[in-house]
Amino acid sequence: MGKYLELNASNFDSTVAEGVALVDFWAPWCGPCRMIAPVIDELAGDFDGKAKICKVNTDEEQDVAIKYGIRSIPTILFFKNGELVDQMIGASSKQVLADKINSLL
Amino acid sequence: MLDLAIIGGGPAGLSAGLYATRGGLKNVVMFEKGLPGGQITSSSEIENYPGSAEILSGLDFMAPWSEQCMRFGLKHAMEEVTRISKNPDGTFQIALAGGKSEQAKSVIVCTGSTPKKANFEGESEFFGKGVSTCATCDGFFYKNKEVVALGGGDTALEEALYLSHICSKVYLVHRRDTFRASPSTIEKVKNNPKIELILNVTVKKAYGDKMGLNGIIVVDAAGKERDIAVPGVFVFVGMNVNNAILQQEDGSFLCDMDENGNVVVDLSMHTSVKGLFAAGDLRIKASKQVVCAAGDGATAGIQALEYVNH
Repeated sequence: MGKYLELNASNFDSTVAEGVALVDFWAPWCGPCRMIAPVIDELAGDFDGKAKICKVNTDEEQDVAIKYGIRSIPTILFFKNGELVDQMIGASSKQVLADKINSLL
Repeated sequence: MLDLAIIGGGPAGLSAGLYATRGGLKNVVMFEKGLPGGQITSSSEIENYPGSAEILSGLDFMAPWSEQCMRFGLKHAMEEVTRISKNPDGTFQIALAGGKSEQAKSVIVCTGSTPKKANFEGESEFFGKGVSTCATCDGFFYKNKEVVALGGGDTALEEALYLSHICSKVYLVHRRDTFRASPSTIEKVKNNPKIELILNVTVKKAYGDKMGLNGIIVVDAAGKERDIAVPGVFVFVGMNVNNAILQQEDGSFLCDMDENGNVVVDLSMHTSVKGLFAAGDLRIKASKQVVCAAGDGATAGIQALEYVNH
């Protein structure tokens, strides 16, 4: 089963540059972020080889969070070939996230 | 066919599952779209749950609940429920996002509530870009910056205190000059040098640019405006109950509701429909406390067990 990718300042751009990527901005102290953590894990398995399922720990990667104007978590960004195409703020269901990824594939 | 479907994984849903499974029901599924825990996991601290004397964050407080409540066979389905409806034979259909569905002999609805909007201009536009309802989630982004906390109840004052530890200043904005919060919390707020009270005002609008919020304009009864330039506004003005899954295709509700959309239940947490129970924040006259939701869940679990077995 695939695992999500941990993104940081040095691998962010190169990771989202190609294909479809979901990036979950989270932090360990955030209840709604922890709530969707198992959803992200499952999506990483379901979309293994099809889309990149990624996480950014905003506590450790503040520069990345600032770059994307993150002021609320969880915020989930969707990229296609490096371009930011959509975002969702707050905890969404697996179905909603999967539908969004599928619409971009 | 499930014996019991529990919708929602907060304190009410977990307690209902604990009592129903420990009482012997075999096929009990709790539908919760993510990790169980509920709304309290966004709270910075909980100090009023009897028996839990240590003051914990909502997240830490709820951590052991899932493990304990699932010990007797409660299953967790990571699915979003879209609608509950009744079958002709008296059982229930649980419609799930994505088009699938499950059947159940009984249902306990514990979908809780979500923070209300204050309904000022720009609130939705800047939601997630400066406007927030979760201080523990987003306070971090305003470290050493000034923020507004809006509201006058326990949540508003407790979260204003929490934000005062992170932010350089907290403006507590409230439309009255009295608070509904507990006296001890009010005292702490009034004595906190980093909290400035701005009372008897309403928020006229939020303003900002494409990077996000830059401030709010408040107005008093005489019409005098004040500009509060802050990058963050935390809204704590009450809760709306999550009753949408009880709404049927024709717009009516599956069971009796009061005029505010709360589910009418009796002392057994039974709704007007046989086999359908409601517990926690969304029932009538709910105190909206973790201990009350847990009690409701236990009652509903016991009653559902009785219903299915007879």
